[in-house]
Amino acid sequence: MSYSLEIPESVNSFPKIRSTNGFLEWISTVDHKLIGIMYLWSALFFLIIGFAEAMLMRIQLAQPQNSFLTPEAYNQIFTMHGTTMIFLVLTPMLIGFATYLLPLMIGANEMAYPRLNAFSFWMFFFGGLLLYFSFLAGGAPNVGWFSYAPLSEKFYSITPGVDYWAMSILIMGIGTIGAGLNFVVTTLTMRAPGLSLTKLPLFVWMVFVNAFLILAAFPVLNAGLVMILIDRLLNAHFFLAATGGSAVIWQHVFWTFGHPEVYILALPAFGIASEVIPVFSRKPIFGYEFVAASTVAIALLSFGVWAHHMFAVGLGTTFNAFFAASSMLIAVPTGVKIFNWIATMWGGSIQFKTSMLFAMAFLIEFTIGGLSGVGFAIVPIDWRLTDTYFVVAHIHYVFIGASLFCGFAAAYYWFPKITGKMLSEKIGKLHFWVFVISFNCTFFVFHILGLLGMPRRVFTYPDLPYLGSLNMFSTISAAVLGISFLMFIWNIFYSLKYGEDAGDNPWNAWTLEWLTSSPPKPKNFNIVPFVKSRRPLWDLNHPEDPDWKRKNKK
Amino acid sequence: MQQFVNFFTNLFSSASSEAYNINTLFLRYMILAGFIVLLVTSLVIIGAFKYRAKKNTKEPEQVFGNQKLELTWTVLPLLAVTFFFFLTVKTMSEINRPFQKNEKPDIVIIAHQWWWDMRYPKYNVETANELHIPVGKNLLTRIESADVIHDWWVPELGRKIDAVPGRINYTWIDADKPGVYSGTCSEYCGAQHAWMRIRVVAESQNDFNNWIKAQQKIPSFPKDSTAIKGAELFQTKTCANCHYISGTPADASIGPNLTHFASRKTMLSGMLTNTDKNLKRWLKDPQKVKRGAHMPDFLLSKKEVNELASYIEGLK
Repeated sequence: MSYSLEIPESVNSFPKIRSTNGFLEWISTVDHKLIGIMYLWSALFFLIIGFAEAMLMRIQLAQPQNSFLTPEAYNQIFTMHGTTMIFLVLTPMLIGFATYLLPLMIGANEMAYPRLNAFSFWMFFFGGLLLYFSFLAGGAPNVGWFSYAPLSEKFYSITPGVDYWAMSILIMGIGTIGAGLNFVVTTLTMRAPGLSLTKLPLFVWMVFVNAFLILAAFPVLNAGLVMILIDRLLNAHFFLAATGGSAVIWQHVFWTFGHPEVYILALPAFGIASEVIPVFSRKPIFGYEFVAASTVAIALLSFGVWAHHMFAVGLGTTFNAFFAASSMLIAVPTGVKIFNWIATMWGGSIQFKTSMLFAMAFLIEFTIGGLSGVGFAIVPIDWRLTDTYFVVAHIHYVFIGASLFCGFAAAYYWFPKITGKMLSEKIGKLHFWVFVISFNCTFFVFHILGLLGMPRRVFTYPDLPYLGSLNMFSTISAAVLGISFLMFIWNIFYSLKYGEDAGDNPWNAWTLEWLTSSPPKPKNFNIVPFVKSRRPLWDLNHPEDPDWKRKNKK
Repeated sequence: MQQFVNFFTNLFSSASSEAYNINTLFLRYMILAGFIVLLVTSLVIIGAFKYRAKKNTKEPEQVFGNQKLELTWTVLPLLAVTFFFFLTVKTMSEINRPFQKNEKPDIVIIAHQWWWDMRYPKYNVETANELHIPVGKNLLTRIESADVIHDWWVPELGRKIDAVPGRINYTWIDADKPGVYSGTCSEYCGAQHAWMRIRVVAESQNDFNNWIKAQQKIPSFPKDSTAIKGAELFQTKTCANCHYISGTPADASIGPNLTHFASRKTMLSGMLTNTDKNLKRWLKDPQKVKRGAHMPDFLLSKKEVNELASYIEGLK
């Protein structure tokens, strides 16, 4: 016996919020497309908040010994900035694209678990609101996004901020695990006929691999969060050395999650680049197998590198050497990807659409961020630069240089599919150039500040040579960075109203999502052709030279 | 140009073999990293120009890969990281030189929210925030924490090392030329993390011996009446519950040791220069000067502030 609830079929691609049932349709929807769109809007909303927090920090740091913010305020703001950008912007942005696109790209009409999908989104959303409620409830968390014990214990952090931090991330984590589970099952069970796992579009492949990372990493974090909550609320002492706990355990637990998390935010971005670069180079991805296999290598290695965040703890040379080796090894599969993407461009016929510009800039920015990351695997370099502004430069070159650059590439690439309108290329190119220049001006100087001896997470700094002028330069550039975000938002609203009609396949792309209408109807596909190769739409459009007929693809 | 060169050499100046080794390794890695960034950037830009779409062209040749090429760019990075792994292990063992299990440390550093307790167990001397060391000596240093995690970092003198509650860490401190080296706490440790700076004075063995001798002396009891009042206030206003001044009943070590406070150049962990005005400002309202610091406001009157300051400034 099975029960089924009668859910009325939605008929509109976009229920209007102001229509009779529009609002209800949005909040009750289980359609992966509407949920994906809600993820993306929330990510943009929190991006604005996270950026505002960054701007407050930059104003405080513009001059040495500035008193714009008190230390308490500054410490809350930098904690909220990091937590927001990671858990409330990049994670939902990438999960949002995956939720929207994964079923479409494998020729499915829904996710495997539509209600779990909605649950995941609302857990994330309310988790985010709970985190921000802490401002009204006695103080936001103030111990950094990795919340090192024992500073995060009740004795050292008496406001309820850390409780809100742990609970909201726990809630969001449950949502993220739900999303990961959904991606795995959907990819395994809902593929169109003929679409074997070896023919998956690379974005789907990377989301699929990534989902396993989510399933393995987030439960570890959740366990740690429960431990810190028990410590704080029930007076236990997991992490209090004075009463028999260990402060180092928290670091192990957090980074066992935390380092895979970096890849959780990077792999889908790599997937985006692997879709965008081939289409705008008019060539298939160079070395599909290498790109796919290196993803698995990164995923597996990412669980053996966590202690490179702990080289300064003093855990011994042998211990450090092991984690140095594993962390350096990750550079290899990552480097493979970079060169495969470049080789994809090589010999192509490159169209400089905004999406492609972001993807190409990503190749360079992420190389810088990746290489400074390998620097931290070299233990003695880490002993000089960890916890300085050099790290701040590094994480921004990875999280912005990879995740956000690819996020913008994805936005320009899939906006026509999602809305049926093209984003303005004119505003887009302006957005790109302002963004790429101001991003580098803001963050490149952080490398130098770190070398000069400026530690991270300081609310102010002494008036030593160059510190003031470099910080001022960064602050001014950050303001320009803000303008580029405004250009992007303006572009969205402008193009929604005045944008050109996109048609089904404006980029002449090759994956299944471009087969259906733009925007897709609530039911994605009526018929999906039998998939014979990795580029089904190429096969359809080139019956004289389909991929599946090629004998020696190498 | 000259300015740029100076700037660059300053960035990588070192005053100990540890720091020198770290900087050398860093510069070697920078050469490789710089080369790769240049390579990738030029490949992307040259590729973009060379293969830009021309009008009315058909689809380019569909190339799916080239295993030989791909193996090349898998193996080459592997060789590069192997080389740097070798350098990593070598440099690590050069910096973390071994020591005898029962070797007594020359210096013990205990990190507190937001100051450094510095002890010389061999001389029975204790000071705060300003470390004096003799040039050319390798000093075994033990690092501990009294509360949360802190991190000892003086870039020109070598590696950083965490001060973790419940753990004891050892490192070597040495300077090969005299000078004043500035450092800072490098692990976020709460409200005043920014003002937990370090000042290391490296001096000749002679100067160091003199300094130690001066530190070992018990400060003489004040003679002028204001300072005598201050000395009484120090004991009665509960300053003595947290601070240590040798030769007096004040023997706690919750706050910095004040025995020779007046001999220090800075106060509040490098936040302010040690002047009469700053000291009075601090005593008048500690939370206004360094918010969050663990010294409470004792609501001292102006007269009391003057008396206390006069006493403390006599602690040379």
